[in-house]
Amino acid sequence: MSATISVNGALHTVDVDGDTPLLWVLRDVLGMTGTKFGCGAALCGACTVHLDGEPVRSCITPIDSVGVSEIMTIEAIGATEAGAKIQKAWLDVEVPQCGYCQSGQIMSASALIASIPHPTDGDIDDAMSGNICRCGTYVRIREAIKQAAAA
Amino acid sequence: MIIDHRTSEASGRIQPTSANALTRRSFLQAGAAAGGGLLLSLSLPFAVRGAEAAGTTFAPNAFLRITPEGQVVLTMPYVEMGQGTYTSIPMLIAEELELELSQVQLEHAPPNEELYVNPLLGVQATGNSNAIRGAWQPLRQAGATARTMLVAAAAKGWNVDAASCRARSGEVFHEPTGRRLKYAELAAHATGMPIPVNVALKEPKDFRLIGTPAKRLDTPAKVNGTAVYGIDARPPGVKIATLAQSPVFGGRVKSVDDAAAKAVNGVRQIVRLNDAVAVVADHMGAAKKGLEALVIDWDDGQYEGLSTEAILGELEEATLYPGAVAQSVGDADSALPSAHTQLEATYHVPFLAHAPMEPMNCTVHARSDAVEIWVGTQAITRVQAAAAATAGVLLEQVTVHNHLIGGGFGRRLEADGAARAVEIAKHVDGPVKVVWTREEDIQHDMYRPMFFDRLSAGLDAKGMPAAWKNRFAGSSIIARWLPPAFNNGFDHDTTEGAIDLAYDLPNFHVEFTRVEPPGIPTAFWRSVGPSHNVFVTESFMDELAAAAKQDPVAYRLALLEKTPRAKAVLALAAEKAGWGQTLPERSGRGVSIQHAFASYMAQVAEVEVAKGGTVRVKRVVCAVDCGTVVNPDTVKAQIQSGIMFGITAALYGQITLKNGRVEQANFDSYQILRMDEAPEVEVHIVQNSESPGGLGEAGTSAIVPAVTNAIYAATGKRLRQLPVDSAALREPQ
Repeated sequence: MSATISVNGALHTVDVDGDTPLLWVLRDVLGMTGTKFGCGAALCGACTVHLDGEPVRSCITPIDSVGVSEIMTIEAIGATEAGAKIQKAWLDVEVPQCGYCQSGQIMSASALIASIPHPTDGDIDDAMSGNICRCGTYVRIREAIKQAAAA
Repeated sequence: MIIDHRTSEASGRIQPTSANALTRRSFLQAGAAAGGGLLLSLSLPFAVRGAEAAGTTFAPNAFLRITPEGQVVLTMPYVEMGQGTYTSIPMLIAEELELELSQVQLEHAPPNEELYVNPLLGVQATGNSNAIRGAWQPLRQAGATARTMLVAAAAKGWNVDAASCRARSGEVFHEPTGRRLKYAELAAHATGMPIPVNVALKEPKDFRLIGTPAKRLDTPAKVNGTAVYGIDARPPGVKIATLAQSPVFGGRVKSVDDAAAKAVNGVRQIVRLNDAVAVVADHMGAAKKGLEALVIDWDDGQYEGLSTEAILGELEEATLYPGAVAQSVGDADSALPSAHTQLEATYHVPFLAHAPMEPMNCTVHARSDAVEIWVGTQAITRVQAAAAATAGVLLEQVTVHNHLIGGGFGRRLEADGAARAVEIAKHVDGPVKVVWTREEDIQHDMYRPMFFDRLSAGLDAKGMPAAWKNRFAGSSIIARWLPPAFNNGFDHDTTEGAIDLAYDLPNFHVEFTRVEPPGIPTAFWRSVGPSHNVFVTESFMDELAAAAKQDPVAYRLALLEKTPRAKAVLALAAEKAGWGQTLPERSGRGVSIQHAFASYMAQVAEVEVAKGGTVRVKRVVCAVDCGTVVNPDTVKAQIQSGIMFGITAALYGQITLKNGRVEQANFDSYQILRMDEAPEVEVHIVQNSESPGGLGEAGTSAIVPAVTNAIYAATGKRLRQLPVDSAALREPQ
């Protein structure tokens, strides 16, 4: 089947089965490799994108469930106010190590401060515990979110 | 029993090396680069040794290229996997070359053992926390030599004394006349200058960059999605494949019904191998759907009944008999029976998966006479050799494009994934990217080995150690990966952290017996030998302190008189952690010290054990002496990282086998520490000007016993196996 989706403000028509996860449409069909594959089962958050501003795990989001929702990925998050603050804080605090999970971390964190501009530690735990970082950059992620919120 | 389950994937020239090789001077060569620039190459000591024997020109190790266009390009023999090496290594060059860090450009080194050998490994590889240790002298020397030649070229052009000129920020200045020339303008002239010998390196007090918290060069691309990892390679026309490998190691494909898989929209081809089946498709969604539709009948082979319990039993039995003596000081056998108090304990640790966030993947375009590979690897020459052997082509017919690594931790020192991808690609017309599912990644890892340890100790009348004996059994990765470095029945990696302790122990005896688990591949895992040995050694030392009814910190301090650097980090960590201050019920502090990777480290962990047994690590204080610090922010980041990695192992990490199959599959059954469980971490760096030590792995091994010792302090339960069994920590009703 073919589906038309809106990614970062641009429309794309793709010919894939309706149950194809959005992740693979982004990475393999559209060539947008900033969104990462980690587990395929919504267990690690590496594939996090925004669907109408809400963080979702694209590895379990079938393409036929997206409809007319606006998809935003790491490639465009810097154009949002929250995304720009988060990216700047990530640079200032030097969060990334291997960096592989950081697209997903940044998408989750951007959604967090867009909805809760001044998150508590508990809010950060709730919003970020679905994103695994094997390098263990959690201390800096927490610091960077607080810095972005204060900006 | 020793079973070699895999033939060596060794490539090219692999030789053991020794620490003293590093003290040899590095040699530099200069010549005209293509395009008329200054090409400065340096050979590391290891290559020099071979060259001296041959009496020929020295083979260079790394290249510094200064072009007339003004580019300063450093070809990086080490790969970036999050440890900050793409920033700290250029800092060494830029310091002496009088450049700003932003003026250095980086290139991944191609596979070439002659040019890019890691002097501490004897292989072109990034591992063992030794990039800075290996590069410290030669790269600063390369920078200083280049600067001297650039200054000489300017002085000659101006007809002035070189001593009246100085270099700064990529230019040479003649202060009396205010003249200046950029390095780019001098590059062609500098090639004709004599190569200086014995260039003086800067005194630490003159460092501009080394020791300052430099911003990492790879960060911007990692926050905007543009960083390219191996899994992001997209050569034109690439197909995506995923695979199922025999669920039992050593099993075979008996039959495949692929009718349903072939009918999946987007599936192009099914590749059947001897022990695996791959689905090739337009995208990973179709490949995974096709894989699920395959009906594969496996012949499980000889390991179909294998269990973790059986392997543990074999290891335990091996420790009943003498092993290879790894270290013996004094006479522990005589001292033990006559000691005032005697202690015995056995410990064991499980298999562990690496589980880097970037699952195993490798992209290959296999033609009859050439193989092209896109991958992120810690050991590029191993990938090249494995690809050549699998494809049946010559080494020089294999091109490998290295990439950023989405987590290595030792997994990407192995070439099994590349060999597998080439096997598949041989059947595919055009390039194919082979991406493992997370389940394949965890169930077909090459694991941190299981070990079993049998310890005994004797205490004198004052409670101090009169004898220490440790006999342990498990796999030697080095025996497979670098056979010449496995000598007399043991190797340095497997025994690191069990021998050469910082403590002054008068009668000390350690034996190791190599026992390879049948069928199960083992590999380096972040912190390697210490990942197991430091847990055992520091737990048992805690047992000794408890038996002596002494404070664990005071007991250790008394044994560290001869190693002031270890004593200093322990005292500092204890002070900063508030050692001795009262904690609530079922909370406790635990301590560990470690001398590994040429760094000294002490950690104090503070834990809280819930009545139900759940352990929460609340706070970790780490003091480290890693000699001269190149990038203090990276030191802190690596320790924070290592601690989280180690807590994951302590609390959750285990790979178990039942009927030959790995029981864990994804992040639900192979848990990783998450944000809401992460402790506060404080890192205190002891400043000095000793040679740099390694840090990428040290935090991982040192945290584990700090946590289990803290659990002992909180509950009185001594944990002698990992991971932590929270059921054993439940408060009795």
